[in-house]
Amino acid sequence: MTLMQKFLGAAATLALTAGVASADPALIYDLGGKFDKSFNEAAFNGAERFAKDTGGAYKDIEMQSEAQREQALRRFAEAGYNPVVTTGFSFSTPIANIAADYPDTKFVTVDGFVDPAAHPNVLSVLFSEHEGSYLVGMMAGMASKTGTVSFVGGMDIPLIRKFACGYAQGVKAVNPDATVISNMTGTTPSAWNDPVKGSELTLAQISQGSDVVYAAAGGTGLGVLQTAADKGILSIGVDSNQNYLHSGSVLTSMLKRVDVAVYDAMSAGADMETGVKVLGLAQEGVGYALDEHNASLVSEDMKAAVDAAREKIIAGELMVHDYMSDDTCPALTF
Amino acid sequence: MDFITFIQLLDSTVRSATPLLLACLAGLFSERAGIFDIGLEGKMLAAAFFSAAIAALTGSALMGLGAGILAALSLSLIHGVASINFRGNQLISGVAINFLASGMTVLVAQHLFSQGGRTPTLEGNARFEPITLPFADALADVPYLGPIYSELISGHAILVYVAMLTVPLTWWVLYRTRFGLRLRAVGEAPEAVDTAGVSVVRMRFAAVLICGVLCGIAGAYLAMGLQASFTKEMTANRGYIALAALIFAKWRPWYALGACLLFGFLFAIETRFQNIDIAGFILPVQFVQALPYILTVVVLAGFVGKAIPPRAGGQPYVKER
Repeated sequence: MTLMQKFLGAAATLALTAGVASADPALIYDLGGKFDKSFNEAAFNGAERFAKDTGGAYKDIEMQSEAQREQALRRFAEAGYNPVVTTGFSFSTPIANIAADYPDTKFVTVDGFVDPAAHPNVLSVLFSEHEGSYLVGMMAGMASKTGTVSFVGGMDIPLIRKFACGYAQGVKAVNPDATVISNMTGTTPSAWNDPVKGSELTLAQISQGSDVVYAAAGGTGLGVLQTAADKGILSIGVDSNQNYLHSGSVLTSMLKRVDVAVYDAMSAGADMETGVKVLGLAQEGVGYALDEHNASLVSEDMKAAVDAAREKIIAGELMVHDYMSDDTCPALTF
Repeated sequence: MDFITFIQLLDSTVRSATPLLLACLAGLFSERAGIFDIGLEGKMLAAAFFSAAIAALTGSALMGLGAGILAALSLSLIHGVASINFRGNQLISGVAINFLASGMTVLVAQHLFSQGGRTPTLEGNARFEPITLPFADALADVPYLGPIYSELISGHAILVYVAMLTVPLTWWVLYRTRFGLRLRAVGEAPEAVDTAGVSVVRMRFAAVLICGVLCGIAGAYLAMGLQASFTKEMTANRGYIALAALIFAKWRPWYALGACLLFGFLFAIETRFQNIDIAGFILPVQFVQALPYILTVVVLAGFVGKAIPPRAGGQPYVKER
């Protein structure tokens, strides 16, 4: 019996050390929070899927303030977690600061960009949000009866303008005379968590004639979707599939497969390839959501037109302008 | 800008100003009695959460409102005990309340509903729906006065009207009752009040509790009137803006109404227009966003009259021996 216990104990110790040796992945969420029903929650879903499929474990932490970023990265790297996956563009600078100190640890920044030449142990995962936004913009343009649609962004950063710009191009593609109203919630990180202001922005847009609103604003977007449902107009969710939040009112959701990016990085483990990875329509990194909650809202014509555009973009016949390539937008002024 | 746009702007102003106004009057009671309160933010947040949570569980907006007020009251009590009985630093106690509310709301929400710190979406009677005043629809077509009545005055949640009525009530209590006189005196010269045989501790507690009730209503309006659920950090610094409004208003009720409506109007402009074109000069939206703070600094710097806080504000009262 004692021998058995010893064996079990030894096995357990071995398992524990083995766990550290083979290195569990770690995941750091941005300020929006793990359960934002959107961007960070997609990352969480990817990590959960990894844990379920492989039986592996992972550690995660939510950021509460800007100051914690570097601290969290260092702590995970020193504890032997590998790879360390982060969500949000704000992690690119902290990762660039510390990556050289932990050459054996792989870092992943989803949405951020770290120069691969300077930091060979970093993977930057970027998404072609403009392409996905273009598709939902087309749907908005076709669904709108007033010819006016709108966009609510979170914090006013180039990435969010990229969403708005792709969206506006999609709207104009199906209805060149359409008006696109664009509003940003604010210029500080609190703009990701202000549903009250999201509601107020939506009401202001409705009073200007908008009948489809696209929210790319984290937690603020929940207020946008709520107000759209209350006032009987259509809304478009973002990042995760948000169709279920207000069934029959959310036209579609612009999917950004952060979950896939996180899942792939965690599955590859310490042997992950680094560099820069861009996930677009072709890689199914972005897309639009279709399920039972919006089936009645999306007509056959709409679906056919959007799928045709999708094929064209993948084939390279249709170029959607990327705001971040030159900080201008042909379809929208900010 | 046409007339209807202007009315819509004012309508938005009223919605944005209401939580500010309630929080501002809450701060006014507390600070007029000599207790600085930067915990307005935390109290509103706790009230927003508990009102939304209880409304979601019971399906009744009134139960929610009650729970929100109770939550804010208990935080007020903590602030009162720390800063009145134990003579602690009022600013630190306020900061602690903000941290406590910020963490506790998400923790309890996650435990109760497992939706990542949110509460379920409220429906029907669990929300404060906009109420339509009598004849609002019938009068809507009357030129000018019609839209003013049906768009601007009618169609808000009941708590908006409560907030508006709180202003004259506050003025009356502060300037026309014995209680108000003593409350103001406690903030200016507590030793005089004590000499007159009135308990400073009791007066200050009364003020802090009134502050709690008003913060509770403000939080409930955010979660159940403007929104239909609680989300993490949903007050988004409104408590601090209310403090700025309080300074801007020089600690007076009617001025507080003016300050909150002005700040609300700036929010409305900011949400309605992205960049404002004034005679060829583009005014960026960020400037409008910064205006409440700029105005407050201007007032504090003494350019537009002087903002003098209550004399005994921030100091715990110690009886002379």
